[in-house]
Amino acid sequence: MMSSLDRKLIRELWRLKAQVLAIALVIASGTALLIMALTTIEALEETTAAYYERTRFADVFAQAKRAPENLQREIADIPGVRLAETRIVEGAILDMPGFAEPVVAQLLSLPEREPQLLNALVIRSGRLADPTRPDEVVVSEPFAEAHELKPGHNFDAVLRGRKRTLQVVGTALSPEFVYAIAPGGLMPDDERFGILWMGHDALTAAFDLKASFNNVTLSLLPGADEKDVIRRLDGLLAPFGGIGAYGRADQTSNWFLESEIAQQTNMSRIMPTIFLAVAAFLTNMVIARLIETERREIGLLKAFGYDNWAIGWHYAKMVLVIGTIGILIGSLIGAWLGHWNTELYTKFYRFPFLLYRPGPAGFVIAGAISLGAALAGSLAAVRRAVRLPPAEAMQPPSPPIYRRTWASRTALAGALDEPSRMIFRRIIRWPLRAFLASLGLALSIAVLIMALQWVDAIDSLAETAFERGQHQDATVAFNDLQPIDTVADFENLPGVLAAEPYRYVSARIRHAHLSERQAIIGAPPGAILSPVFDVERGRIEVAPGGLMVSRKLAELLDVNAGDTVDVELLEGRQTRLSLPITQVFETYLGTPAYMDMTALNRVAGDGRVVSGLHMRVDAPSRATLLARLKDIPNIAAVLFRQAAIDTFYETMGETIFIFIGFFVAFSMTLSVGVTYNSIRIALSERARELATLRVLGFSRWEISYILLGEVGILTWIAIPLGAIIGYGLAWYMTSAFETELYRVPLILRDATYGKAALIALAATVVCAAVVRRRLDRLDLIAVLKTRE
Amino acid sequence: MENEASAIALEARGLTKIYRMGAVEVHALRGVDVALREGELVVLLGPSGSGKSTLLNILGGLDTPTGGTVRFRGEPLTLDSERALNLYRRNHVGFVFQFYNLIPSLTARENVSLVTEIARNPMSPVEALSIVGLGDRLDHFPAQLSGGEQQRVAIARAIAKRPDLLLCDEPTGALDSKTGILVLEAIIRINRELGTTTALITHNAVIADIANRVLYFADGRIVETRRNAVQRAPGELAW
Repeated sequence: MMSSLDRKLIRELWRLKAQVLAIALVIASGTALLIMALTTIEALEETTAAYYERTRFADVFAQAKRAPENLQREIADIPGVRLAETRIVEGAILDMPGFAEPVVAQLLSLPEREPQLLNALVIRSGRLADPTRPDEVVVSEPFAEAHELKPGHNFDAVLRGRKRTLQVVGTALSPEFVYAIAPGGLMPDDERFGILWMGHDALTAAFDLKASFNNVTLSLLPGADEKDVIRRLDGLLAPFGGIGAYGRADQTSNWFLESEIAQQTNMSRIMPTIFLAVAAFLTNMVIARLIETERREIGLLKAFGYDNWAIGWHYAKMVLVIGTIGILIGSLIGAWLGHWNTELYTKFYRFPFLLYRPGPAGFVIAGAISLGAALAGSLAAVRRAVRLPPAEAMQPPSPPIYRRTWASRTALAGALDEPSRMIFRRIIRWPLRAFLASLGLALSIAVLIMALQWVDAIDSLAETAFERGQHQDATVAFNDLQPIDTVADFENLPGVLAAEPYRYVSARIRHAHLSERQAIIGAPPGAILSPVFDVERGRIEVAPGGLMVSRKLAELLDVNAGDTVDVELLEGRQTRLSLPITQVFETYLGTPAYMDMTALNRVAGDGRVVSGLHMRVDAPSRATLLARLKDIPNIAAVLFRQAAIDTFYETMGETIFIFIGFFVAFSMTLSVGVTYNSIRIALSERARELATLRVLGFSRWEISYILLGEVGILTWIAIPLGAIIGYGLAWYMTSAFETELYRVPLILRDATYGKAALIALAATVVCAAVVRRRLDRLDLIAVLKTRE
Repeated sequence: MENEASAIALEARGLTKIYRMGAVEVHALRGVDVALREGELVVLLGPSGSGKSTLLNILGGLDTPTGGTVRFRGEPLTLDSERALNLYRRNHVGFVFQFYNLIPSLTARENVSLVTEIARNPMSPVEALSIVGLGDRLDHFPAQLSGGEQQRVAIARAIAKRPDLLLCDEPTGALDSKTGILVLEAIIRINRELGTTTALITHNAVIADIANRVLYFADGRIVETRRNAVQRAPGELAW
């Protein structure tokens, strides 16, 4: 049998349903975000683990120039190695039908007869290449999709300078290319970068690597010492042009995937925490005021002999019901968003399957935090309410004491009409309450600013990295080092306005016990097309005789300008040397390190050579140049700056910007939740007063002005306050979001403040309009008849 | 019901109460001594602000005095313990207010069971509502009842726990005379049939005729006490 008090509770909740829903939605926003983030992480981790296990993703990877097949046995004998699989990995330029730009491809060999030991392909359509047919290839599924390739289709490829026609026999996904990016690229570009798998014999023939291999992958026994294995493997491969083995953590695709998961984890800590904190504050504020309007009922219950615990529990139940509704809504939206978000990831992170099986942890955490916040919010209010002696609680609060302050005597105050005077006096009389209401609105504006700031930040990031920092139109990377004279050859190609060489050497940089595998870029003195670029200071002249490192790398190595680091070049003669840090500069992307190109060539001992070059291209001659590039041998990759910018925005557009969309939606929910509740509560507090004014002959519009004018003023106060808090939140976000991949600059355009303010104003207007309709239905007689 | 030999149910000595309203100190009670005998019906009469309600609130444990003591059946009320006052209210006191104070979201029956659920030896809500003549309006919400009916629900709610004290603060103040008489009849019936010690505040001197004893209030003091030789029935009153 339900108690009368519970029945009261249910009917009250139903009567206040709009307010209940508004508070529940505020709680739901925080919950949904937290659940989305937690379940996305869970799904990504679970999917990755399952995929890696099922396809036997390798633990250690190494590239060399050319190693004899019989070295394989020695590698397999390294203590701790379970399996070692050798193969050929080479680059090629493809000429895709109907696509003007040359396409960069990575070719990998498939074992001739036996199945793959490691990094097994998941065939998505067609079949594996037939070892007896040297022109058959399996292509990566995203690349096939981008070019609408199906088994049976053909395209041309330049393999080591020789043009061949390859036939697609199947499409596949590989655990090595969950995130497939071209060497030097940042975002997957499935149109311009593809992965091809060919029979082993066909590849050895094409690249003249008979009885040799140039790439090996290992799986390790449980408990094996990865560092030791890498060291021994490096020792074995060094004579054959090994450029340093690396573990899973440094494998490109896995590195991006792990960074993304780390980013999500970061996100799940910061954003929902801020949201939940704001939601808790708002719930607190709204419920406190709601309970204040229940003052008379509380007094009455006490007069009947209900004790403080019973009354406290009654209101706690009210909060629990509202909180539970919020959590249920939040869980449903959160789970749906989490699934959707995870699926979004699979556009860029290609898995053959997706495990979205959220466990209870995320929901429990989110639920407990949200309910705790709501309960804490109501606690103080209930405590205040039960503290009053019942005789006093049942009386309407005695009329507040208003005073004429100096402000009322000013000329401005004299010009005010009485309704405006009422509005201002109320605000001045309860400055804390006014401030809290304003603060609530300000917080929703602040969260909005924090969300919208991302758009500004990413625009600025792209502009700085791709437009101010770089001026080349295309970048060419060679298969092998080329003499520096090659630059002149390229300058003579049609459409090339200028060419600027660069050197690129894989290296390991150490400082004390810290070590980072980081390529060193050699830039020529006076570099203009792709100079060393500091986000604040702009172009920096490359200094001779030392290393210039980005701030993030300096942090990872714990070094400052003036310190000395140990550098181990992983190519050529594997030189080891000590270099001073000459400068630390700030970048938004990656963790680059630069040296003077001549100095780098000298220490590497390869003579005056280049790894590739940057070019300025004359737009009208672009097509001719592209056609020529497709036929030039020894080109490993061609990257286009515009394509990089496009894919950057495309990727961001489909991930971050959509994400921001949610935040904007949630922030608006906060705004509406706070505003609606503030106005509704103000109405229940002042219904008598307003009805009295109606009886005295004030029109509906005039009393609406008295009620809503206050909210209007508080909104105006909230806007600058929200801007300040929003700036603080954005600052915190950008500093907390720093990863090796990118740093988000703290950029807030004026328009962003404006947009946030407009959204908040719109929310106020909509809520005011809804509540105003209630004012029209104010029952004058009923209000005046009861009480006092 | 009441006679001179009845035991003293409730006794207050030297009650004072000072309210601070902002800068102003209001002396609501300036030393009141009063005793209510078991089963007695006492009417407190006096102008607004004379201290009647304050006294009633203190006697009912709704408020605490600034000075003085209250004894219920010989035992002093622990005025500084919220818990003790709460138990006192729960087990011994029934209140009726001028403005009924019904919970609008509960029906007549549910408003009464709100109290019977926590009482030690209550009558059923139906019985309580029958006593006040509302046995046929059990499932009406306050908004569906007239003022007199609402006040009778409030009386049913107050007596359902079989209180030792029934304290009524202007129970007819918001009602017309005809309805007011119905409400007074309900109160008298309870006083007579259940022997509930009853104190009733009113502005209306006519109503004083239903009491055993009338206390006249002015300026925070009892200025006169009158004993009615004959109690008139509410039906004989007119105002």
